[in-house]
Amino acid sequence: MESTKNWIEYILTRLIKISGYSAIIFVLMIFYFLLREGLPAIGEVSFANLISIRWYPIENYFGLLPLIGGSLIVTLGAAIFAIPIGICTAVFIAEVAPRWARDILKPLVEVLGGIPSVVLGFLGILILAPALRRLLDLPTGLTAMAGSILLGGIAIPTIVSVAEDALDSVPRSYRDAALALGATQWQTIWRVTLPAARSGVLTAIMLGIGRAIGETIAVMMVSGNAAVIPVKWNSFFLPVRTMTATIAAEMGEVAKNSTHYHVLFFIGLVLFLISLGINIAASSAVFVQRRRAERILS
Amino acid sequence: MKIGVSTICMLLFVLLSSCGHASESTPSSSHTSQISTIVNKGSDTLVNLALAWAEKYQQLNPNVEISVTGGGSGTGIAALINGTVDIANASRQIKPEEIQQAKDNGVNPVEYVVARDAIAIIVNTENPVNQLTIQQLSDIYSGKINNWKEVGGEDRIIVRLSRETNSGTHVFFLENVIRLGDPNNKTLFSTDTLLLPSSEGITAETRDNPNVIGYDGLGYVTPDVKVIAVGSKLDGFFVLPSADTVNNGQYPIARDLYMYTNGQPTGAIADYINWIMTPEAQAIVTQLGFVPIAKP
Repeated sequence: MESTKNWIEYILTRLIKISGYSAIIFVLMIFYFLLREGLPAIGEVSFANLISIRWYPIENYFGLLPLIGGSLIVTLGAAIFAIPIGICTAVFIAEVAPRWARDILKPLVEVLGGIPSVVLGFLGILILAPALRRLLDLPTGLTAMAGSILLGGIAIPTIVSVAEDALDSVPRSYRDAALALGATQWQTIWRVTLPAARSGVLTAIMLGIGRAIGETIAVMMVSGNAAVIPVKWNSFFLPVRTMTATIAAEMGEVAKNSTHYHVLFFIGLVLFLISLGINIAASSAVFVQRRRAERILS
Repeated sequence: MKIGVSTICMLLFVLLSSCGHASESTPSSSHTSQISTIVNKGSDTLVNLALAWAEKYQQLNPNVEISVTGGGSGTGIAALINGTVDIANASRQIKPEEIQQAKDNGVNPVEYVVARDAIAIIVNTENPVNQLTIQQLSDIYSGKINNWKEVGGEDRIIVRLSRETNSGTHVFFLENVIRLGDPNNKTLFSTDTLLLPSSEGITAETRDNPNVIGYDGLGYVTPDVKVIAVGSKLDGFFVLPSADTVNNGQYPIARDLYMYTNGQPTGAIADYINWIMTPEAQAIVTQLGFVPIAKP
């Protein structure tokens, strides 16, 4: 009896350990696969071609700058839309809203996060893009801005959900102490609760941005997919082509192991490194802050 | 948290691998069993037509099952090369390098012209422009003409719409309109051309936006957009696309639509291809806005 129990426990511990490590293994395997399929591109396409300004793969123009620029401008725009709205919503739900409103809002936000992005894409084509064109008098509504708004909408539920959890886990005593010292509710939120939940809020923002930069279908449907480098002052109001949309639109057609195929994987590699960079930056920022907090407390 | 992430990874992995299995359709035209299955994939231009044919043919022959999917001509031909389909649909002819890849894989593509198609140039109904020459279309799409007033319209910026590069329609338009059919001409689409992933995307934007010019297969043109008459010379005559003008060669932007099989087909696939050439099947072609092949 006793030995069976030990045996089961042994198996279970191992299983949990394996699933723990599997995250690392999968990331490494994906990275290896991207390297194997993407690196040949460097040999097949000249460096000058890769950093040229033209992306037209069926005629062997493989300039990546328009795609990288497109992804960056759309993601940056999404961050500008999503971060303030997301954090404010999280603060409202966690700190301001009465209990009953909170019980409705939190699940609703999570349902919003579950809407398939292709549905949002359709709404974007049929409602958002025409509205933007009329409102701002643009040549076309299928622009970086439309992509940013949709991506912002996709990122907001993630940001709200994670940030609200972080705010919620700030001990009650912090708020009580602040209020007892005569701080207003606004001062308590801005000076005590938010800074205390800082690492969680930062994680929320990074997860949201990660969600935005990797999103494909919605952005492909509304951003126009014109491979232009977004360097003009009004580029935000013009069509752009993102890296994800390029991979999605073209991967179905390429012959395996052709140059175009390798370049698409190379784009995947660039995308992977960019989101890895964002994650490392975020976690190191969290780490630095935690150390400082520990120093103050001790 | 760690376990959470890894669980998600595991779930993703399971999902992805099951997706892979689901989409892995193997060609199986087994004559031993009662039901023969034909896997048919490729050109989005042809997909509605192929579906209509398959539906009708399955009514006539209940022991044949035909699965039809789109994805683009390149996708269909790639699938034929990889041996995952019985018939590939294409709105362009197979390229020499694709034939080479097929040969390397032990596949011998056999070509059939199954219908004809014309590319219609479409604009918003508010746009006063009625006719354009091929040269003007080339100049618009290559970025030399940027305002509608240069071709007799209002003072509006031209927004160019195109299908994605994996669409056979895109390649046909590039070669026959932008490059005027000259193989030495290396003109490209203007970089600010919007590449939309679907016909629906082009129709939706054209319906709404008076600045745009778009193109699509004649079969996809909806009544809520305006079709432009195309001519080869400014002082010549301009022709609207229709079954008659395509078949008698007056409309200049027309092409053949193809099906490809691996080797000379036998059994159910051969029967199906032969049926497609009959007047009964070609009547469906007319219904869908394409142009039937001339009878021999």
